[in-house]
Amino acid sequence: MTAAATAPRRPTLAVHKFASCDGCQLSLLDCEDELLDIAQAVEIAYFLEATRATAKGPYDIALVEGSITTAHDLKRIRAVRRQAKVLVTIGACATSGGIQALKSLADTDDYINAVYAHPRFISTLDTSTPIADHVPVDYELRGCPIDRGQLLHVLTALLHGRQPRLPNHSQCVECKRAGTVCVTVAAGTPCLGPVTQAGCGTLCPRVGRGCYGCFGPAETANTAALADHARLPVQDGGAGLDATATRHLFHGFNTNAPGFREEGLRHG
Amino acid sequence: MARDGATTRRLKVENLARVEGEGALSVRIQDGVLKDVAFTIHEPPRFFEALLRGRMYTDAPDITARICGICPVAYLLGASQAMEAALGVPIDDDMRRLRRLVYCGEWIESHVLHVAMLHAPDFLGYPDAIQMAGDHPRIVETALRLKKLGNRILEVIGGRAVHPVNLVVGGVYRSPPRDEVLALRPELDWALEAARGLVAFTAGLTVPAVERDYLFVALHHPTDYAITEGTLVSSDGLDVPVSAFHDHFSEDHQKHSNALVGATRDGRTYHVGPLARYALNFDQFAPEVQDAARAAGLPRVVRNPFQSIVVRALETLQAVIDARALVEGYAPPAPPRPEIIPGPGIGHGCTEAPRGLCHHTYELDEDGRILHACIVPPTAQNQRSIGEDLREVVAAHMDEPDERLQWVCEQAIRNYDPCISCATHFLTLDVERL
Repeated sequence: MTAAATAPRRPTLAVHKFASCDGCQLSLLDCEDELLDIAQAVEIAYFLEATRATAKGPYDIALVEGSITTAHDLKRIRAVRRQAKVLVTIGACATSGGIQALKSLADTDDYINAVYAHPRFISTLDTSTPIADHVPVDYELRGCPIDRGQLLHVLTALLHGRQPRLPNHSQCVECKRAGTVCVTVAAGTPCLGPVTQAGCGTLCPRVGRGCYGCFGPAETANTAALADHARLPVQDGGAGLDATATRHLFHGFNTNAPGFREEGLRHG
Repeated sequence: MARDGATTRRLKVENLARVEGEGALSVRIQDGVLKDVAFTIHEPPRFFEALLRGRMYTDAPDITARICGICPVAYLLGASQAMEAALGVPIDDDMRRLRRLVYCGEWIESHVLHVAMLHAPDFLGYPDAIQMAGDHPRIVETALRLKKLGNRILEVIGGRAVHPVNLVVGGVYRSPPRDEVLALRPELDWALEAARGLVAFTAGLTVPAVERDYLFVALHHPTDYAITEGTLVSSDGLDVPVSAFHDHFSEDHQKHSNALVGATRDGRTYHVGPLARYALNFDQFAPEVQDAARAAGLPRVVRNPFQSIVVRALETLQAVIDARALVEGYAPPAPPRPEIIPGPGIGHGCTEAPRGLCHHTYELDEDGRILHACIVPPTAQNQRSIGEDLREVVAAHMDEPDERLQWVCEQAIRNYDPCISCATHFLTLDVERL
């Protein structure tokens, strides 16, 4: 064996993109204070948004952004899984299908006709599905986009052989901890905080806006109670939402997430 | 396809790196003659214009922001402006200034990412900025700090760097308090010198020699270097309101591509982005930026696409100068947004995304629900221009080895900072030498 082969090998990192806006992988490049240290700690072996240099797999850690919307990507995600020791999905597209999962609830031909003049050039599945529907996923980072702090936490934990600790309680708890004024109680604003997984850092309520659920459903979320409350008339303490507004509240960036999908459909 | 061992070469790059999204380029060279260049986009379609139908007008900014994680503000603001035009919502000067400030944050973040991390490695012969950092640590470290400042501006005003949450049709949910905005000042003071350094760095890069006769199109504003608003102007004398966009420009759907390709109504290729803005809005640059352009040796109109890296650095300097002044004079908009009564209407919104003009059109029903949406992102408009550049670049470098030819083709595509996710939409380079 050569000296190079016996020296401690840095773990390899790959970043793969499927249907997405690139915002979650950008979050890695947005770790301005940590990026050069990350590049020391891991070998960035495949990350097309950042480098043309690619090393062959298998990779120790694969970050996967985006949802599966084409037959080609369905094959590609299986190849990505085979090449990955640990696979981490990043963001709402990869973990639930993303905003484009709205097409799963509609007629795809109608969608293609609405956007493209020559629909026969377009090849797409009828659905936009999360990565875990197709291959085993080891860890998932929620969010539209993911939180940089959570990304660094997961990478650090994996590099040290620890289990990442990610919250599974609701956003509502975070607001209470942070002392953020409740937008529903104070202003009657519809808010998905009680049913949404924590992780963003109370971004929306802090600016007086209701949570729009970009981290997806929390465990054992009582979506029906929240929806029923939002539909109560304003004089009865509700937000006075109609059926469509209630459906749209749940059918946003995590339309296809279990819980949000069904609750939205209940207000068809 | 190999046909003859002596005269046939084939070069294929499946995935172009350091761009946002997925696309393809195929080049066919037969007996030393360039036969065909096709630049296409394979990004999986996500059907934004279709999934907006039936949603409330208030949903469009946040949903369209997800077209692009690199320039969400272009979508947040373009969609908001279109809705404000459709519903007759007044926007006061304090809000206009706040919007320009948050957009300066996006320009700084996106331009510095592209100039130093994605494009500069092409000029210096590195596969990426991390390798480049080994030999040029100061450049990369300064760029990361500048980029962080851009993100910080987005966070202070927008609440989050990628997909800000505080922007809404009519204004903001919460006007950032003056002390939070003023806290940006010391880092902006540092950034002035850092941006000057970035201009000097890019001016020292060796650029391939190419001259192109572009038809430039950009927003134009009488006093500001147009970012958030203006009229639609071109290098052949067009000057119309943004609502007339579709009278002059169209999108065509080409075979094998998931993006729509822009052209003028009479079928001409046009060019949007830094070179267009520089050509059409030089007079609106701050005097210091004009001097820096001259010191960098740039002509009054830049027709070499490889010099776009210098223009991006100049625009970064302009954005820093603007952001400093806007922070200094910041008055929190009050109220943060006016009362809006939903109703029917058609509205247009248009801003200068870092990559170029981004145009939105929406039609609303009587309840303020979206009946029809049309979004024309910058990379779709530039797709033909990228193809034509490549034709010239391939012709000029045809005799060079495959590896070098591929390098310069990739570099030429990156001149556009193509956001292929934006063009709803990526790159595979496939060079066939027959």
